[in-house]
Amino acid sequence: MTLVPISLYLILGAILFTIGAVGVLVRRNVIVIFMSIELMLNAVNLVFVAFSRQLQSMEGQVTVFFVMTVAAAEAAVGLAIIIAAFRNRETVNADELNLLRW
Amino acid sequence: MHAAATPVEFLWLIPVLPALGVLFNLFVGPRAGRGAVNVVSPAVVGVAFGVACYAFSRVFGLPHGAALEQDVYPWITAGMLQVHVAFRLDALSGVMILIVTGVGFLIHVYSTGYMHEDEGYARYFAYLNLFTFSMLILVMADSLPLMFVGWEGVGVCSYLLIGFWFDKEANASAGKKAFIVNRVGDAGFLLGVFLIFWHLGSGPHTLRFTEIAAHAKDIPLDTVTLITLLLFVGATGKSAQLPLYVWLPDAMAGPTPVSALIHAATMVTAGVYMIARLNFLYILSPTTMAVVATIGVLTALFAATIGLMQNDIKKVLAYSTISQLGYMFLGVGVGAFSTGIFHLMTHAFFKGLLFLGSGSVIHGMSGEQDMQKMGGLRAYMPITFWTFFAGTMAIAGFPPFAGFFSKDAILAAAFGSEYGSWWLWLLGLIAAGLTSFYMFRLVFLTFFGDCRVDEHAKHHLHESPSSMTMPLVVLAILSLTGGWIGLPEGWLWGDRFGELLAPVFSAAHVSEHMSSSTEAALMGASVAVAAIGLGVAYLFYLVQPGLPMLLAWKAKGAYNLIFNKYYIDELYDALFVRPTVTLSNFLWRTVDAEVIDGVVNGAANVVNANSGLWRRWQTGNVQQYAISMLLGAMAILGYYALR
Repeated sequence: MTLVPISLYLILGAILFTIGAVGVLVRRNVIVIFMSIELMLNAVNLVFVAFSRQLQSMEGQVTVFFVMTVAAAEAAVGLAIIIAAFRNRETVNADELNLLRW
Repeated sequence: MHAAATPVEFLWLIPVLPALGVLFNLFVGPRAGRGAVNVVSPAVVGVAFGVACYAFSRVFGLPHGAALEQDVYPWITAGMLQVHVAFRLDALSGVMILIVTGVGFLIHVYSTGYMHEDEGYARYFAYLNLFTFSMLILVMADSLPLMFVGWEGVGVCSYLLIGFWFDKEANASAGKKAFIVNRVGDAGFLLGVFLIFWHLGSGPHTLRFTEIAAHAKDIPLDTVTLITLLLFVGATGKSAQLPLYVWLPDAMAGPTPVSALIHAATMVTAGVYMIARLNFLYILSPTTMAVVATIGVLTALFAATIGLMQNDIKKVLAYSTISQLGYMFLGVGVGAFSTGIFHLMTHAFFKGLLFLGSGSVIHGMSGEQDMQKMGGLRAYMPITFWTFFAGTMAIAGFPPFAGFFSKDAILAAAFGSEYGSWWLWLLGLIAAGLTSFYMFRLVFLTFFGDCRVDEHAKHHLHESPSSMTMPLVVLAILSLTGGWIGLPEGWLWGDRFGELLAPVFSAAHVSEHMSSSTEAALMGASVAVAAIGLGVAYLFYLVQPGLPMLLAWKAKGAYNLIFNKYYIDELYDALFVRPTVTLSNFLWRTVDAEVIDGVVNGAANVVNANSGLWRRWQTGNVQQYAISMLLGAMAILGYYALR
């Protein structure tokens, strides 16, 4: 089995991260924005794991576990907020959830 | 002054007892009801009087000139200044606490009758007890700063009690006037204290009287003159002397027992007490002594002339008080310190009596104070009349009443002392004649002649209750006999009062040489002018009631001048009050409302306009925020990457 060079992992991570960031910026639906955020988190996880393997160090993998835990908690809270917002405003459109302004 | 002091542990009780009365009246009194207030308020002062009597007997038992002392606790420790709350009881402060608690007790008892219909009953007694507490601090204080605490405390109580019925504008402003005029004097007093501290030299200072006495001789003479004059400014404010006397006549707006206690018997004598207490300092400066004596005799004469023409019964007594205080200053000003204090004591008896008597008249007359609407009250109020008559005999200076001995001793000292002179004596004598005249005018207008009381008041006309007449009787007895402890030299047991106080004034020995024939002649002159005053008043107000009017018409200019109190109030109003009001209005409306408020509001407006611009940044759109975050993150990364 040939080793996949680390540069490919990093390129894949950068592509995933960019997709996530663009998704956050351009999509209107809050749930899709949310999913895009998860995508960005996992792009970073991939880079962590790749470096962990490359450097023969467990620290990167430990960090990934933390990120996944936080992401899970964040998903629970975030979805609850989205549901609560939908019940109040009957929309999950980020453009229309703009009460916090001047 | 320099004799050893005996430490004791009970002196604090004397001022603290009335302070307990204050707490009771403030927190329990309004709910406990009048019965309880009636008992507690006089009782605390009565018990304090008992303790004071015991303390005074202890002073008697001490070797000549010694004092009782109690150091309660260190009060101010700040660098060179180490002031203790400490009390000192020698013959001088002993006499004072007996007057304050004794006369004070009688006036508390009297007040239970006088104020029994008033709404603010507990408040009244709280103030009255607070006053007693402050006055006791003033006279028992061992150091100038503690004395100043009492000095200010009595001023506050005076203000509170003058404006006791504060729902009337006139009463409230009379209280304010008293307080502000006193502040002018207090500023002088305080500067005097600072100067003393400044000149005591190096080392820690307690500002105790003994310490000041020990260092008095090291202070340069000019400075001593300045110090004593500044302290005397304080005395002119507190004791209503020229030129700061104007508040005392207005102070009559307060309840009459207050006039008796504060504005006749005790507080206004604080200035005399202060000078007597600092006799070792005053005696060093002949200039100050001359100023004190001159101001005293001029005030005595000046106030007596105004008293001639007042129609309000309390106003006559107020000007009479100013005049009698002038006598006391004349006494201490010519170096006769114990005589000044002697007159202070007899004056407390007879002027307290006269004020309480006038209160009894006002009470019986349903609040009327104008003597022109009285007359013939002798038949309706016999006890008030006879006691009032005793007080009048005493103040006019007829033997054997108390005022004769004290006033005569002052006049004799004014004539014979090394600080005195014949013109001080003559002016004092004229004032004595005027005193006799206006007091008998008051008596004749009020108690003799036809009854000019209107029908409604006549219906209610009655003798006062026994709680009011009993103090009158006690004070009348004291007005008769109180002078007998200070007889002229060579009479029976002689001047026991002077001997008692002599050690306190040992530093200030003033020679006084007079032949006994001179002394007898002076005494004869005093009695003669008193009799002339009585005779003229009799002629003017009982025999020929038209005569005063005729005289007033003949000497219209002088009459108007005196009737309007020499226009002094108008003068002060134009000189001080109105410029101050104008300046204050300018500071308020222009400087404060426009300049200062303008700067503050302007700063707020600039910030407001700015933020109005910048707050548009906050659109509420999450994705815009996300873009700015991203751009920010990229900018930072770019900066570090390209650096």
